[in-house]
Amino acid sequence: MSEIAIAGGRRAKYRPVTEDSPLARYALIATAVLFLALFLLAPLAIVFFEAFSKGLDAFLSVFHDPDALAAIRLTLLVAALAVPANLVFGLAASWSIAKFSFPGKSVLITLIDLPFSVSPVVAGLVYVLVFGGQGLFGAWLAEHGVRIIFAVPGIVLATIFVTFPFVARELIPLMQEQGKVEEEAALTLGASGFRTFLTVTLPNIKWGLLYGVLLCNARAMGEFGAVSVVSGHIRGLTNTIPLQVEILYNEYNNVAAFALAVLLAGLALVTLGLKTFLEWRHADELSGRARRH
Amino acid sequence: MTSPVLVGKNARRFTAPGVIPGFGLTFGYTLIYLGLIVLFPLATLIWWASGLGLSGLCAIAAEPRVAAALRTTFFISFAAAIVDLFFGLIVAWALTRYDFAGRRLLDAFVDLPFALPTAVAGISLAALYSPNGWFGAPLADYDIKIAFTRWGILVALIFIGLPFVVRTVQPIISELEVELEEASATLGAGRAQTVLHVMLPPLAPALLTGFALAFARSIGEYGSVIFIAGNIAYVSEIAPLLIVVKLEQYDVAGATGIATIMLAISFAALLLINLVQAWSRRRFGHV
Amino acid sequence: MRDVSLDIQPGELVALLGPSGSGKTTLLRVIAGLNSPDRGRVLFDGENATNLPVQDRHVGMVFQNYALFKHMTVADNVGYGLRVRSRRTRPSRPAIKARVAELLQFVQLDGLGDRFPAQLSGGQRQRVALARALAIEPRVLLLDEPFGALDARVRKDLRRWLRDIHKQTGLTTVFVTHDQDEAMELADRVVVLNEGRIEQIGTPEELYDRPASPFVISFVGEAVALPVTIADGHVKFGGHELHIDTHGLRSGPARVFFRPADIAVAAEGDGDLEGRVESLRRTPAGVRATIAIDGYDQTLEIDSPLEHSASLGGRVPLSLAKARIFPADERDAYVDAGDGI
Repeated sequence: MSEIAIAGGRRAKYRPVTEDSPLARYALIATAVLFLALFLLAPLAIVFFEAFSKGLDAFLSVFHDPDALAAIRLTLLVAALAVPANLVFGLAASWSIAKFSFPGKSVLITLIDLPFSVSPVVAGLVYVLVFGGQGLFGAWLAEHGVRIIFAVPGIVLATIFVTFPFVARELIPLMQEQGKVEEEAALTLGASGFRTFLTVTLPNIKWGLLYGVLLCNARAMGEFGAVSVVSGHIRGLTNTIPLQVEILYNEYNNVAAFALAVLLAGLALVTLGLKTFLEWRHADELSGRARRH
Repeated sequence: MTSPVLVGKNARRFTAPGVIPGFGLTFGYTLIYLGLIVLFPLATLIWWASGLGLSGLCAIAAEPRVAAALRTTFFISFAAAIVDLFFGLIVAWALTRYDFAGRRLLDAFVDLPFALPTAVAGISLAALYSPNGWFGAPLADYDIKIAFTRWGILVALIFIGLPFVVRTVQPIISELEVELEEASATLGAGRAQTVLHVMLPPLAPALLTGFALAFARSIGEYGSVIFIAGNIAYVSEIAPLLIVVKLEQYDVAGATGIATIMLAISFAALLLINLVQAWSRRRFGHV
Repeated sequence: MRDVSLDIQPGELVALLGPSGSGKTTLLRVIAGLNSPDRGRVLFDGENATNLPVQDRHVGMVFQNYALFKHMTVADNVGYGLRVRSRRTRPSRPAIKARVAELLQFVQLDGLGDRFPAQLSGGQRQRVALARALAIEPRVLLLDEPFGALDARVRKDLRRWLRDIHKQTGLTTVFVTHDQDEAMELADRVVVLNEGRIEQIGTPEELYDRPASPFVISFVGEAVALPVTIADGHVKFGGHELHIDTHGLRSGPARVFFRPADIAVAAEGDGDLEGRVESLRRTPAGVRATIAIDGYDQTLEIDSPLEHSASLGGRVPLSLAKARIFPADERDAYVDAGDGI
């Protein structure tokens, strides 16, 4: 048994029980900052450092090289094909999964995520097994003079494979959270299905859609392993920027390799910046699901 | 005037009836696209692998060079995931629980390995750790070689795997209930005891998930590793690289065999994640 | 929190009662040592505990959502406070085990020691939380909204149970609640808080019979507030004079508070007030009349025996058995928010 008394008096002060000691706090912050600086920031910094190590002219001269320009054009072309393809797929998949109920839905969602669990090299390999010289359709394709492997179509296909889930996995949980009440309301008010999608669904998912497209595009432009397997590394024809970076690096042309890498690192920074902005500004309009990749 | 009429229909339907249109179109397109782009090519791999048979797969795995590459990949991926587990927890803790200058910026940069193309990461890590690089040169003074050794692979895989751990653990740390810490304190526990007994155990499922994700990703990683690894057969050659090598030698069967084994390891890791999450949901109510 | 001074006697069961944001939980946390007061002291048995860390205060705290450790079994939860003691004072393993078993039996949870909190019902979790708090042999027991998270039926059972626990342990117990029924039913004394200030400290009887402020009378039970004016020692409402002592209040606007039960239909020519009968309804004992008082914007329901045969639409005299008067300017807002039938 105890008596408790509370009375006026001098100001009291002590550390709240939920706070770590200053020593532990500084030690942990220092460890985290140091680790991130060494393992994340240094690799980013050295890209720019190496690219400009021989001055601005050396850096710019890369962009007069026809092979480099061809690589940039090819990368843009591949992204321009792969991103819209996965965008349309993402919309179709999320519409059918979020607005309807049917058996086997969770299996379908797992299958859509599957490409993330497949090594990029294996992703390239499976297309070689289908379309390559010894592949399933190899003989037939050769007979009809169609080239997929070691040509642009193979690169596009491999890129679509590795970026396959990006848009869908952002939209599915988002549209599931939003339910279908608004769409039903619009439809009962007489709007057509397509109009309902444009005027009701799309405004609700636009930031999530942009988020997915952003990540999809970054990966599409930067993909290396899968593309490397199916490309055949033909200069000026089937080299994307990452492949061109590899070739230049292996030729000990460091400045040129890092100059092209600066393009990709810049893309990564822009992507990170926009992504952070979206998460900060439109957090409630993105899906709450943990983001990775 | 029309009056509502309910029409009985005995036909069993795949999806519950409703007013929203477009199920047939979007569902059909989803299945066809998924089938053509993902399932059919992967099925082709399985078909090729089944052509090899279990004995064929074992024979490929037993080739000394393949066995060495698989070992290298497996063990270094494991080690890298352990390092990520440890430092990822510290990074996630510091970024979530403390406020300091530059915290938001660093938090954004955690995703860099997701956003930076692997080839770029590869050449910049190689440049950093090569004997005349920023880190390589001082280390060379102590006769420590990172680039073009197995240590290089480890460094690259640590880079690749870090965000998986941080991003999996971060939300759980921020959801830790303050009352738990307070309850622990009122019961007489010191701060260290509270952290050890009350705050870290609930993070275990997320840590294990992050670890498995980092590990699964490392198994298949190619671009960031090959520049720094040196790629010496039997020593610092990783399994994905060996697939490329086999393909260049037109040994499609060998490449398929390695790919199948790698897929099996990745899927085992992901299965482990699902089991851990199901177990912890059952036992603790939520993950 | 402002100017809070509170003395709790050994073995007392005290309720901190107030609306949300009134500072009742803050006060409880100050006693526990989880919040540090901006200024002021906390004394346990006359000894200054203000700077005593939470760990050394030996308070048994039951949190609103119980704060059970989800990854530990029920037994590990209960034994936690014993296991974390320094080696010098820590009981042996078998001793801890025995103590845990004893506590689980005390809270009627024997046999559930191996379960995890997720496998228990809300009422069972609450009892685990209590057993865990009792395990450290606390000097005082503090409970934050102990029944807040439970459904109405379980609440009633647990109230009686908490009363029993208090009787059996004899612990000085402080609990926070926003439910005045709960406070009045359980506590020896109730501390009514509002906006970080103590409005009144007293037994339930004192709070009902002698509320110290408009807030208390409105918050503890129902009350009707009439705007009145005081002139020359007389209390006026509309054209009527209320026969109420002004308690020395100065002339000017004021408010009269009374409980619905304290107003009744009076004999002809005898009332303080007059109202118009809006509707009549038979009840077993008499009639229930809905009456509109002139100059007051809400109607009152008044039960009266059958002999007062008021007629619908007719006017009836009303008398006040008991009422309290407070100046009008002070904390008008609470009065408006709290009154009504």
